[in-house]
Amino acid sequence: MRYSYFPGCSMESTAKSYRLATEYVMGRIGVELVEIEDWNCCGATSAHTLSAAMGLALPARPLAMAELREPGLDIVTGCASCYARLRLSMHKARSDKAAKYLIENVIAMPYEAKREVYSFLDVLSGEEAAAAIKAKVTRRLTGLKAACYYGCLNVRPAEVTGAPDRENPMAMDRIVGLTGAEAVDWAFKTECCGAAHQNDAASVSRPLVWRILKNAQANGAEAVVTACPMCSLNLEMRQGGYRKHTGLPSMPVFSVLELLAVAMGASARQIALEAHHVPAAKALAAALRRSGGGVAI
Amino acid sequence: MSRIGVFVCHCGTNIASVVDPDRLTPAAREMPGVVYAADYRYMCSEPGQQMIKDSISEHGIDRIVIASCSPRMHETTFRKMLKGTSINPYMLEIANIREQCSWVHADKGRATEKAIGLVRMAVSKVSKNEPLYAQSIPITKRALVIGGGIAGIQAALDIADAGHEVVLLEREPSIGGKMAMLDKTFPTLDCSACISTPKMVDVGAHPNIRLMTYCEVESVSGYIGSFEVAIRQKARYVNHDICTGCGLCETKCPVKVDSEFNLGLSKRPAIYKLFPQAVPSKPVIDSESCRMLKDGKCGICAKLCPLGCIDYKDEARTVTESFGAIIMATGYQLVDWAAMYGEYGGGRYRDIISGLQFERTVNAAGPTEGHILRPSDGREPETVVIVKCVGSRDPKKGKSYCSRACCMYAAKHAHQILEKLPGSRVFIFYIDVRTPGKGYEEFYDQTRMDGAVYVRGRISKIYEEDGGLVCQGEDSLLGSQVRVRADMVILETAMEPSQGIEGLTSMLGAARDANNWIQEAHPKLRPVETQVGGVFLAGTCQGPKDIPDTVSQASAAAAKVIGLLNKSEMETSPMISAVERDKCSGCGACVGICPYKAITLQEIDDRLGAKRIKREVASVNSGLCQGCGACTAACRTGALDLLGFRNGQILEEVDALCL
Repeated sequence: MRYSYFPGCSMESTAKSYRLATEYVMGRIGVELVEIEDWNCCGATSAHTLSAAMGLALPARPLAMAELREPGLDIVTGCASCYARLRLSMHKARSDKAAKYLIENVIAMPYEAKREVYSFLDVLSGEEAAAAIKAKVTRRLTGLKAACYYGCLNVRPAEVTGAPDRENPMAMDRIVGLTGAEAVDWAFKTECCGAAHQNDAASVSRPLVWRILKNAQANGAEAVVTACPMCSLNLEMRQGGYRKHTGLPSMPVFSVLELLAVAMGASARQIALEAHHVPAAKALAAALRRSGGGVAI
Repeated sequence: MSRIGVFVCHCGTNIASVVDPDRLTPAAREMPGVVYAADYRYMCSEPGQQMIKDSISEHGIDRIVIASCSPRMHETTFRKMLKGTSINPYMLEIANIREQCSWVHADKGRATEKAIGLVRMAVSKVSKNEPLYAQSIPITKRALVIGGGIAGIQAALDIADAGHEVVLLEREPSIGGKMAMLDKTFPTLDCSACISTPKMVDVGAHPNIRLMTYCEVESVSGYIGSFEVAIRQKARYVNHDICTGCGLCETKCPVKVDSEFNLGLSKRPAIYKLFPQAVPSKPVIDSESCRMLKDGKCGICAKLCPLGCIDYKDEARTVTESFGAIIMATGYQLVDWAAMYGEYGGGRYRDIISGLQFERTVNAAGPTEGHILRPSDGREPETVVIVKCVGSRDPKKGKSYCSRACCMYAAKHAHQILEKLPGSRVFIFYIDVRTPGKGYEEFYDQTRMDGAVYVRGRISKIYEEDGGLVCQGEDSLLGSQVRVRADMVILETAMEPSQGIEGLTSMLGAARDANNWIQEAHPKLRPVETQVGGVFLAGTCQGPKDIPDTVSQASAAAAKVIGLLNKSEMETSPMISAVERDKCSGCGACVGICPYKAITLQEIDDRLGAKRIKREVASVNSGLCQGCGACTAACRTGALDLLGFRNGQILEEVDALCL
């Protein structure tokens, strides 16, 4: 399995443990990620609000680069924001001739949108990948109750993402299940976390984060699992005030790749678990202990 | 040379205030073939008609043009008038100078010029008109009513009371429909069963009504006056000729499946009556869940039955019956909200129920014997949220239309909860409150006085947290987000046409609208007829409506049928397609395009040079043809022509305007 890979800016900065886990897991299950040459910012979340042309052209450029260098490969990204922007450009280039013309003029290269843009969830829930994951899981995260948070942009808008269920997606739940952890049924899988306004309107946006965490805990979750560095950042770094406001304990937040990496034997150091703001290793260690492995994390 | 008379109507000031008759009439007089032209204040009035008749004999007129309102308004009037004169009723053309001219234009000069143009077209066309003669077809004095809900029941009773035979067909094991499931009816709070079950009994006992339950229409052929309908009687596995409906068989059946009538809120056995007051009051066996029929093991009901009615070898039978008229009363179903509203849990939360499930809950004969209890734990709810327009008025996800009855039954549900559960709280989320009906607004007012809290806004999400249902939405009057913790949520969901409507309407050739409701012939003037002669509409199969409107429409449809069946034969419109056999190549393009299945290919004897041959040509059934003209456009050789609207006539009109 080979893909053209669009890392996105978060992977280069805030999402250190996510990036290390991605490299670890993809290596173990034999997915080769070919980083797109000279990739650029996808424009999220500001470009499209300032200029429609820029909003379409910025993500289209790396896609066009990928199709030029590796015409046989589909594209994958690990960030929901990137995914939404890349996929929108792909969708527009396919369905709207005027948009395609505009894009090609701005980026000064052809973009045929022949290859698909996938998220890590799409890639990891494929049959072949799932079988590879099963084969590589060496220690189970037994009893770790996790709430899978997909975020809004992995599923919406439906005509762009093609997601079959915008309210209760299950792809990540199934992947988490492969690690031995238990994905809980909860109600806020795709709810808005207020990411766009966490800096300028904190009084509105913080409670959006809190209610997501609260519903996860109300349904028995002890950790939130995401498939996006931006989601992770918001849910994890905006927990200040959560304990005071709700009286509930703070929640560790993992990327689904971190769970997979740990279940495949990665050590805390290998995937930089210490980089988390909310202490993360403890919950994983407890799960590993329950599985009887007693392996130190 | 034709001798044409032109008669210009002022329609009081409707026409004359914009179109100048003093310019139009003299202009008409100069048109080719016109021997006489006159104008008058009201041409459709008695003196107006007399003036036309007198002019016809005085001036030897052989065809006329009347410049007046739309032909939809008075063409029939003037055709009737011509019946008493020397000229054929179809030697008439109407120039519409009201709806298509004076009512829509302000510039008098240019409007008059347009009117002159319209009259010139009509004069040209009428010069090519030919006398047409109506045919008559015999009428089978028997009606079929499809659907045994309150619409079908009412229509069947009305027709039967007028002395005509009726077959009432129902696909479920009992008649009664949705009304039998309801608890009370708004705004009077009559017990629904108390007013509908006596009617069901009347149907069962009426000498002119034959009840065919557990039956479906398999095919329809024929036309107004003589439909042939193949009806499939599904296997009941119970001999209804000897069954007394004692109910012993149901008591020991080991199978328990979700009750359709109680919408999954209770279980029923495999041998069952739909509900205790079912008509006929005899059971059927559901072959999909019966152990004997599935696995050949059980047979308890056969052992129990004291009369030996159970027949596991019973098979479906098809019978063909003749009818003069058909009433569609196939009703509605509620949309599958769980598939549409993932944000309401997509059916995962047991305490979110539909309005119809609430009807069963609050009904004394329902699964909780009328106690309002949550399905999940059987507790009385303290706070109930009612969400209106779930699937209605929501073109993005559901239906764009308003389902009409929900505002009122939402108010009724609120009233019932507040009455039965003192101290409870009810919040109703709404877009608008629509109460157009006698006593409806008063009922809504009363519900607010009862304490129901109306919140204007939609619910965006419902989720379970800490044992309750959190309803998150907007109060658009306050301009703020609101959140209500409810113990139970009732969704007042959209109506949609019953399953199977596509197949049935295609068999009949009846049209459906964009939302699949059956299309009426005219939204205002022919609301209970379809485009297909002899097929009428009753109740919600035509569009969402409440019980009073449904019953009114059913009686109206019945009146139409009675009027039809009172005649022994009827005239058909002569303005139908005609085939010029010499030109017809028998390609059959018209057969597929005809929406009324009026054209078939027929073998005829012909000659090819000296040789005698047989070949196929199109043949139009005058009973079925509605004169739409689709075939004339499809015909490649120009063999088909619409009488009264021949291609030559239309081209003559175009020439008159353009040349």
